[in-house]
Amino acid sequence: MSIGYDSWAVDLGEVGPIYPMQGWEIPMVVVGVIFWLVWHRLQFVQEGKDLEQAKQIADADKIAKAIERY
Amino acid sequence: MEGNLNALTTVFTEFYYWVTVVFMFLIHVGFCMYEVGASRARNHMHTLMKNIMIIPLVTVTFFFFGWWIYWAFPNFYIFGGAIDFDAGAANTPWSPNMATNLEDRITGVFWAAFLLFSWTAASIVSGSVIERIRSSALWVHAVLIGSVFWIVDAAWGWHWDGWMVKVLGYHDAYASGVIHAIAGGYALGVIMVLGPRIGKFAKDGTPRDIPPHNPWMLTIGIFLIYTGFWGFYAACNVPIISPEVIDGQITGATWTATNIYLAPTTLSAITFNFLMSLSGGLMAAYVVSKGDAFWTFSGGLAGVITASAGNDLYHPVQAMIIGAIGVVIVYKLHYWVERRFKLDDAVGAVAVHGYSGVVGLIIAGFVLWGAPSSPYEGYATISPWGQAAGAVIMFFVLGFAPAWIISKIQASMGVLRIPEEVELQGLDYEENHVYEDAKAEIIAANNAALTAKS
Repeated sequence: MSIGYDSWAVDLGEVGPIYPMQGWEIPMVVVGVIFWLVWHRLQFVQEGKDLEQAKQIADADKIAKAIERY
Repeated sequence: MEGNLNALTTVFTEFYYWVTVVFMFLIHVGFCMYEVGASRARNHMHTLMKNIMIIPLVTVTFFFFGWWIYWAFPNFYIFGGAIDFDAGAANTPWSPNMATNLEDRITGVFWAAFLLFSWTAASIVSGSVIERIRSSALWVHAVLIGSVFWIVDAAWGWHWDGWMVKVLGYHDAYASGVIHAIAGGYALGVIMVLGPRIGKFAKDGTPRDIPPHNPWMLTIGIFLIYTGFWGFYAACNVPIISPEVIDGQITGATWTATNIYLAPTTLSAITFNFLMSLSGGLMAAYVVSKGDAFWTFSGGLAGVITASAGNDLYHPVQAMIIGAIGVVIVYKLHYWVERRFKLDDAVGAVAVHGYSGVVGLIIAGFVLWGAPSSPYEGYATISPWGQAAGAVIMFFVLGFAPAWIISKIQASMGVLRIPEEVELQGLDYEENHVYEDAKAEIIAANNAALTAKS
């Protein structure tokens, strides 16, 4: 993917952005936002599952020991 | 230094590198904390000493010959090249440039910046072999990776004149390959010969977790590594340079910061990309490891390492996504290799550094395909095959292969691994006995004093 230059035979005073996929900033940000939102979704689901599982394995004896352990 | 502007630029550059060195010291502090936190209580002092002594051993050898290798080896008998004794001359330990010298204010701080990278390379290996390697064996490996193999790879692929840059268009601005892939490959070569810690694998080959004795020490350790990594990033740049001094294809009179290849970038760009790749790595690692704290922390590091090859040019969103992709691959690969080959990488160094480095190089080949690797004429442009070849050279040729061969020699001489009895009682056997005896003695003395008083 081009960064807009295939050589550095340029006057740096006239150079601006040098990242790949220039012109695709908005779609890239959309992808980034989707990544962030999907992360929340996955994390919600995962934590819910973990807590449900923890609820099942916590018998009275274990809870008492955990309280004692502080 | 003639002229005020020249003096200011020189002193600014001198101070800039000096600050990066101080920051990078925190990487070593972090590695020490991480290793000690991950080791069991009966191995603490040995684990710490093993890593601390990397500092003097790599420092003196890097002064004696490591730094000379960097300047003399960029075209080491490859594609018609040879050892460049002229370029190396100013960097021999007997050169006046390598001493107190008012005509050269840069060599000392530039040498030190590279030296701190050397400590890091050796320290990465040190973490993976804790609790069963002999210190003597590790210190030989530390000198070899810290003052020979990594600096050969730096001369080849992390130098404006390196043959890998010219021929392959190799691009590795913040050392995905030249530090992390080689150190991970090297660690793999050692642990493959060294073998796992006693009890690491059940009889049916199922790996057992060996939990850290102090999770908080690990946490602070890795946060210190993150902090030192800022210095590492800054140290990979030339802070300010004119096109005239670069003397390449760049026209005009605009001064710039550059990467190590003297190609333009900005400190701002790498700040964006460091933070976004760290974040992408942390987020992906949290999900893929199902919230495992240590994998999440290491995932942040792996995210940065994966994006490092191209973080001088990436867009921040690209850095974030690349960091995240790298972590998922690295996490899966770590467990696959552990189960398949029964390898005990005590701190996940092969994965976090080695696999991330390799993946990062290859991704950079695709994302930066066609971009110039250098400001000089005639150099190959960045490409997937150039980056893949570079990854093989870093991980296997200069990392894994020498480590495996040297470890085999050490094993055949019986100087690689500690005896089983010592491994079981703990490497701090001496300190533990002295501590217990001293404790018993002082308690007895105090009790006697109390009895005498009453």
